Amino acid sequence: MSTHADYRLTQLDQLEAESIHIFREVAAELERPVLMCSGGKDSIVMLRLAEKAFHPAKLPFPVLQVDTSFDFPEVLVARDNWVDRLGARLVVASVDEAIRNGVVVDDGKTSRNRLQIGTLLHAIEEGGFTAAFGGGRRDEEKARAKERIYSHRDEFGQWDPKNQRPELWSLYNGRLHAGEHMRVFPLSNWTELDIWHYIARERIEIPSIYFAHERKVIARDGMLLSASDAVQPRAGEMVEERTVRFRTVGDMTLTGCVESQADTLEKIIDEIAVARVTERGATRGDDRFSEAAMEDRKKEGYF
Amino acid sequence: MARVGADMDLLRFATAGSVDDGKSTLIGRLLLDSKSIFEDQLASVEATSASKGYDYTDLALLTDGLRSEREQGITIDVAYRYFATPKRKFIIADTPGHVQYTRNMVTGASTADLGLVLVDARHGLTEQSRRHAVLLSLLRVPHLVLAVNKMDLVDYDQAVFERIVAEFTAFASKLNIPDLLVVPISALKGDNVVARSEAMGWYEGPSLLHHLEHVHIASDRELRDVRFPVQCVIRPKSDEHHDYRGYAGQVAGGVLKPGDEVMVLPSGMTSTVAGIDLFDEQLGEAYAPMSVVVRLTDDVDVSRGDMICRSKNVPTQTQDVDAMVCWMTTAPLRAGQKLAIKHTTRTARTIVKDVQYRLDVNTLHRDLGADQLGLNEIGRVQLRVTQPLLVDPYERNRTTGSFILIDEATGNTVGAGMING
Ligand SMILES: Nc1nc2c(ncn2[C@@H]2O[C@H](COP(=O)(O)OP(=O)(O)OP(=O)(O)O)[C@@H](O)[C@H]2O)c(=O)[nH]1
Ligand SMILES: [Mg+2]
Repeated sequence: MSTHADYRLTQLDQLEAESIHIFREVAAELERPVLMCSGGKDSIVMLRLAEKAFHPAKLPFPVLQVDTSFDFPEVLVARDNWVDRLGARLVVASVDEAIRNGVVVDDGKTSRNRLQIGTLLHAIEEGGFTAAFGGGRRDEEKARAKERIYSHRDEFGQWDPKNQRPELWSLYNGRLHAGEHMRVFPLSNWTELDIWHYIARERIEIPSIYFAHERKVIARDGMLLSASDAVQPRAGEMVEERTVRFRTVGDMTLTGCVESQADTLEKIIDEIAVARVTERGATRGDDRFSEAAMEDRKKEGYF
Repeated sequence: MARVGADMDLLRFATAGSVDDGKSTLIGRLLLDSKSIFEDQLASVEATSASKGYDYTDLALLTDGLRSEREQGITIDVAYRYFATPKRKFIIADTPGHVQYTRNMVTGASTADLGLVLVDARHGLTEQSRRHAVLLSLLRVPHLVLAVNKMDLVDYDQAVFERIVAEFTAFASKLNIPDLLVVPISALKGDNVVARSEAMGWYEGPSLLHHLEHVHIASDRELRDVRFPVQCVIRPKSDEHHDYRGYAGQVAGGVLKPGDEVMVLPSGMTSTVAGIDLFDEQLGEAYAPMSVVVRLTDDVDVSRGDMICRSKNVPTQTQDVDAMVCWMTTAPLRAGQKLAIKHTTRTARTIVKDVQYRLDVNTLHRDLGADQLGLNEIGRVQLRVTQPLLVDPYERNRTTGSFILIDEATGNTVGAGMING
């Protein structure tokens, strides 16, 4: 924290203060919160902010992960390290198990990404969670840019973008009816660059795949996908070794990487500062289905 | 894109004005000309504009992100956009002009440092531009810019601009607007948005972006009265921190230091600040809007909803609240109605005692005969609250002077209140 003679806070300190305030409001007002953590950079920054909000006490809520079984192993390692260090309780909701139990139907056509929605909603219902923290940022995508910090979900977990509650000052309204829940986005006002500045400032441990490394990749639909059991070359495609890094992490079948030499935080910050393509535009297959792909998934209950 | 540091300053601003005055287009233009638009975003709005058969790229599509907004070509809810120049980081709330969505405009404006009111040069002030100017002044948004837009459609005529400015200043003189800039622009063509326009040599002021980068916001802070609403109590209940007991909250005003004599309200107990913690750091002082944990030297009873202040400078403790209320739902606000009220970290119940008057946003006339407030109406209201609240006049403190009203049946936020001094 850098304080100034004129009592101004830097923009990063203001963002941190706002996020901490949100964590505390939710913990104080909503009965059973849970923090949704993918293990990606945004959820890890959320863990750090939650840690700061309640220190020296432990997190007053568990951490929830939706396991798609196509998650990057490096991401799971970073997540486990964090959860262990915080002494938090981890709840894992597995897509495979949801398929086995008939919670969601894998008809062979639906992507893992969409199957996550039913799995997540089931886990929220099962755990009786009334608030779920998500790492979504408004700069990520045009539908997210419209969402409140406290985003109300009906009994079906749906978001109604045309009928959001007014949200004034920092007076959040957490009222719910039985069966409803709140999605809460403490990082709403952070940009991708803010996240990286914060990771650097706080020396936060993040998964190694965010740093440039050698990887076997397949070029598909204008993205570089990591070659693995889940992603195999199709006819006419080649597996090549490139120096890449990830800008976002989702499941392996949909998240692409970018060619990059940025192997330190300083280099990543330099790279992001001059980037000409958004992180989701560059690397997320799930947003490419249609112009309103994110809005449609959010209405159904996506993160 | 500009090189941006972590240690720069932050300006939050909100757009305002009637439907189609060009708010979203202006934000699109500002983002585009400050090189804050990414290639994939621009490609997507170019493709959408072309598929709709538009002659030019509709920059409003950069912020109108919802499907129904793109279908109807209007803004329905606030879009938050972010950009930075080497001088500052900006958080923009692009709000809807349509009267039906006024509550979303109020949402975007409530946290703004600066309000940007757009007026269409061809039409001049409308009822909606007046309503928004009134709301910005009631919300005490400290800086205002009046941008007369679509100057390209009136041949960049100075006389048109001057006429609208005169009309606006006459109206604004009845409002509380501490700082006003007027600027003629074309959001579509970019005149006076990022750079000074060649088409309007008669205009001698700064471009809009130059003003946003330089407007002085440091003195807007509240540093006199210490106000620390307690959000929760931190009690680790672990062996390592067995005796730790701290009060978590976000400073709402003043400067708090270890060693300060403080009073906890409403109990009135006094104590001394033992320390101020932010994670593993012990701070020498805390001020708004820092989120910290305050420890006291005595084991006094403190819980959520209480407020820590300096002993000789305390807010008013009252169950009777006199406030300007902006009503945000279709069923009208009437005397006798019961609602929930959230003020800082305290939630209570309240009954409406009286609707004293309704404000006519066109004439600023106070209609004393009114006995209710309809959707999007503003008026002066008396409330009786079940518990004492710790309040300051809104003009003195935007945090301890504001509250929201919640309908207990639906759970919706139905009113926004600003406490009178
Ligand atoms: N000629 C001209 N047209 C403009 C200008 N600014 C905006 N427009 C057009 O005016 C129309 C409305 O613009 P928007 O930016 O959507 O208006 P808005 O104020 O955001 O409207 P709401 O958000 O729905 O209240 C669009 O067709 C714009 O292209 C301008 O400076 N000159
Ligand atoms: Mg608009």
